[in-house]
Amino acid sequence: MANILIFGEASGEEISSINYELLSAANKLKVNIDDQIIVAILGVNNSKKYDELLSYGAQTVCLVKDDLLNRSNTDAFLNASKQVVDKFKPQIILFAKTDLGRDIAPRLAFKLGVPVAQDCIDLEIDKDSQKIKVTRPVYGGSAIAKFIFENVDIQIAIVRPKIFEPILPIENTSGELIELNVELDKESIRTKFIEEVLKESEGIPLESAKVVVAGGRGLGDAKNFDSLKELAKILGGAVGASRAVCDAGWLDHEYQIGLTGKTITPDLYITVGISGASQHMAGCSNSKNIVAINKDANANIFSLANYGVVGDWNTILPAFIEAVRELN
Amino acid sequence: MLNILVCIKQVIDPEMPASAFNINTSSKKVEEPEGIPPVINGFCENAVEAALRIKDNNDASITILSIGNKFVTEVMKKPLSMGADNLILIDDPKFENLDAVSTAHVLKAAIKKIGNFDLILCGRQASDWDNALVPLGLSEMLDVPCITIAQKVEIIDQGVIVQRALSNGYEVIESSLPALVTVTNELGDPRYPNLKGIMSASRKIPTIWNSNDLNFDLESLTAKLKLIDLQIPITDKQCEIIKGDDDQEIGRNLAIKLREAKLI
Ligand SMILES: Cc1cc2nc3c(=O)[nH]c(=O)nc-3n(C[C@H](O)[C@H](O)[C@H](O)COP(=O)(O)OP(=O)(O)OC[C@H]3O[C@@H](n4cnc5c(N)ncnc54)[C@H](O)[C@@H]3O)c2cc1C
Ligand SMILES: Nc1ncnc2c1ncn2[C@@H]1O[C@H](COP(=O)(O)O)[C@@H](O)[C@H]1O
Repeated sequence: MANILIFGEASGEEISSINYELLSAANKLKVNIDDQIIVAILGVNNSKKYDELLSYGAQTVCLVKDDLLNRSNTDAFLNASKQVVDKFKPQIILFAKTDLGRDIAPRLAFKLGVPVAQDCIDLEIDKDSQKIKVTRPVYGGSAIAKFIFENVDIQIAIVRPKIFEPILPIENTSGELIELNVELDKESIRTKFIEEVLKESEGIPLESAKVVVAGGRGLGDAKNFDSLKELAKILGGAVGASRAVCDAGWLDHEYQIGLTGKTITPDLYITVGISGASQHMAGCSNSKNIVAINKDANANIFSLANYGVVGDWNTILPAFIEAVRELN
Repeated sequence: MLNILVCIKQVIDPEMPASAFNINTSSKKVEEPEGIPPVINGFCENAVEAALRIKDNNDASITILSIGNKFVTEVMKKPLSMGADNLILIDDPKFENLDAVSTAHVLKAAIKKIGNFDLILCGRQASDWDNALVPLGLSEMLDVPCITIAQKVEIIDQGVIVQRALSNGYEVIESSLPALVTVTNELGDPRYPNLKGIMSASRKIPTIWNSNDLNFDLESLTAKLKLIDLQIPITDKQCEIIKGDDDQEIGRNLAIKLREAKLI
């Protein structure tokens, strides 16, 4: 019997999709029927809704409430997660690569003296060794690597969001929801939260938009994003950008799509003046349809796009927008 | 005086053309591209810049530290020409393909040998294995607080105050020293070396250590994440190029195409 421990995430009113994605990944790693999946959620204030996860493959939902567990207290999360691990003695631990997960998981791994697999896009149990084999993009997505855990009792993997299809409800399941008290010492929290400056996204959030219109360095100027914003508005979508655009200060970094920006999976992703560098594609290659407008026929984006236009956006885009408006 | 350590890594140029990126699948290594010199990992250069901005306003000494093998000294000396004070290269064939756990252990050994430090700055991740693990591990092993993905780092009396980039804004976190901070590109571009910097760097000789100098036994680390396969991903997408007599028609045809495909 193995215990698979998921560190889920609490956010807002609804249960965050990432919890269902992690359950889907965990389910792939269940090899024996008596393997247990435990979802631990740290820093919850309202526990009612979480019993829902018991119908999605979790045998145990473990909630940890504590005033010290708010987002910026990494030390508190770290100490609490260590106590959750001590309680459940898991063989496998899954985190999501979110603002929180990417900060806690590596530190927990080092605390436990075990390796951690970063940014996984696939996980499976190796038949021979019974250890986890992970697949992950490296070199900015230019290469795909497979790793296997060796000589470890605890295997920790950090899962890239939006890769695993959220798990569907499983019938006839039972399990229990428990609340775990952890001992957190104020003194052990060595950093102090001062303030948070959050940017309200105008319109539809990038991550959940069905249509994303993104511009790159080829747009040449911040004001040229006006036509992308217009197009996004007509299509009910959101605007995104390459890192080159955000580095140039044309748009804030919240708009950045890619390896170190946001991961998006819209039905339609329209890129204008983006070359398609691997680090950019890392954040959007799972879009269902990619359209590229680029004046360089050899640009990498064309090897990843479904529809392409080779040409200057200055003349193509206005005609495209007008036609879209008419057809809509 | 404030002692700042900046950990930097030499990597294959991530902006090289895709055609120059080759993998030796049997040795599971990325081949060094011919004629394209390695670079300092971009986020590490941002970390150097963060250190220099602190030095602009405080009495500080900046030591650059790197572990690796086959260092290109001209490349690694760039932080000196930007204004850093010392460069320590830990150069050993044993350190050619270290994983994150081993790298953190070797860095810890090196930092113990250096002695005093107030602030360690690292890049948020290295552009080869995109791990974002070494700094977090190092902070655990040195038992110092760690603040990741900084877009601004300032020294206040006895402490450090950091703007930490989030996916929807940023948060401000304060810590006492010693501490470790990882830096992201949102901090801003690294400064260009000026003539004076280049002259002074050319006179400086890096300190070179090897594994013996650190008294470090790599074999003692047994738990592993072992690389078993490395491939260039294959894309089998067929891109349909939209044609037309002029740009107006092409733009229009694209809209019609997307309409037919029920995408708009
Ligand atoms: C570790 C690391 C992490 C990174 N993370 C990210 C990330 O998260 N997101 C990201 O986007 N990048 C990231 N990058 C940067 C990435 O490598 C590229 O540098 C970046 O994506 C390039 O942006 P771009 O396509 O806008 O610019 P460019 O590569 O300069 O491309 C501009 C394109 O515009 C086209 N163009 C120019 N004028 C016109 C015109 N008039 N009409 C039509 N087309 C035109 C050109 O043909 C060109 O293809 C990262 C890099 C590293 C090393
Ligand atoms: N070999 C190394 N030598 C010095 N610093 C390193 C080395 N490897 C990683 N680092 C530091 O850790 C950061 C993150 O690297 P990584 O965890 O490998 O993605 C880098 O930006 C460096 O600051």
